[in-house]
Amino acid sequence: MTTLELSAILAGASVAAGLIGSLTGLGGGVIVIPLLTLGLGIDIRYAIGASLVSVIATSSGAAAAYVREGFSNIRIGMFLEVATTLGALGGAAIALRVPPSIIAIIFGCVLLYSAYQTFRAPPEDTVNVPPDALASRLRMNGTFPTSEGIRAYNVRSVPAGFLLMAVAGAISGLLGIGSGALKVIAMDRVMKIPFKVSTTTSNFMIGVTAAASAGVYLNRGYIDPGLAMPIVLGVLGGSFLGSRLLSGARTRSLRVIFALTIVALGAEMLYNGIGGRF
Amino acid sequence: MKSNRALSDHQVEGFIGNLLRTGVITAACIVAAGGIFYLSRRAGTVPRYAMFQGEPDFLKRMGKIFQAAFSLRSEAIIQLGILVLIAVPIARVAVSVIAFLLRRDWLYCGVTILVLAVLLFSLLGGKV
Repeated sequence: MTTLELSAILAGASVAAGLIGSLTGLGGGVIVIPLLTLGLGIDIRYAIGASLVSVIATSSGAAAAYVREGFSNIRIGMFLEVATTLGALGGAAIALRVPPSIIAIIFGCVLLYSAYQTFRAPPEDTVNVPPDALASRLRMNGTFPTSEGIRAYNVRSVPAGFLLMAVAGAISGLLGIGSGALKVIAMDRVMKIPFKVSTTTSNFMIGVTAAASAGVYLNRGYIDPGLAMPIVLGVLGGSFLGSRLLSGARTRSLRVIFALTIVALGAEMLYNGIGGRF
Repeated sequence: MKSNRALSDHQVEGFIGNLLRTGVITAACIVAAGGIFYLSRRAGTVPRYAMFQGEPDFLKRMGKIFQAAFSLRSEAIIQLGILVLIAVPIARVAVSVIAFLLRRDWLYCGVTILVLAVLLFSLLGGKV
């Protein structure tokens, strides 16, 4: 395969990944990496480097739109970013030391878990919880706009949320994905932050988390310009297209199809990882 | 500004929104320009990505990437665009440091400086 053919295939697939990723809210990285490794036989380390860069691009692009809406909580985001960026450095450090097969196996597990999350019912909005001493000291409690006016919320379990964020950061740094799903779980389920605030704050954090490990990957020579170019531009174009199309139309069936694809890819990553073919 | 109060949330958010959008568009343009140049030279060659070799020095060290990009090596131009992309969230954190500083919010100023330090450590090639 020539460079031109490979670039065209990568760009096309990345547009699709970015489009589906933004329509389903699951991000494009989870399908870019299996596609590169299983589909095109590219070494997983190059795939991770390229995917990570596309994660920064889409997160920053999307955050530019969200930041004005008043949902994301910058204090919560910044505080938890201490955990995600340190976690991401840790994840990148591990990635430099473990064999690609192990990374593939972990990737397979993460894929299967994300698919499982997709099938779960969207969480009900958390009922207002009483204030927590630590969260109050850190001035994390906030407000957000709803159809019935501004609503206040309190934040709980900061230490547990912080720890889970460190894990989310490590997975992001290890696998080159945004790990937005895990970030949302930490905020929404553990810290009892309203779902809408959790998702937008998570988006705010993904780019910063990815930048923390991208520096390490760049300096270690994992980011190849010939691969990153079509992938970054493709994913960015696809997610831009997705945000234009997003009108809440039939995303349910799309999510199901996407989840089934993820299950298949996850199983294949596991199978190949266990067989040592990475 | 009407009074001598610190920046409003709205102003800061508007500024950050513009920063992110401009940064991503700039990075994408540099990557695309480098990409066209790269393909015009390499279209017919056969790339090898099945075996991991790692990038040469001029594509992984920040100073060398700049040098090679200014001497118009196509791969280095793409890499320069990627550096700009990595710099976008870092710039956003730096802006937040200033915003918290202007509000005399020392606690979050400290938190944000810590995040900025981790990001710079990583970008400048700190050993992990």
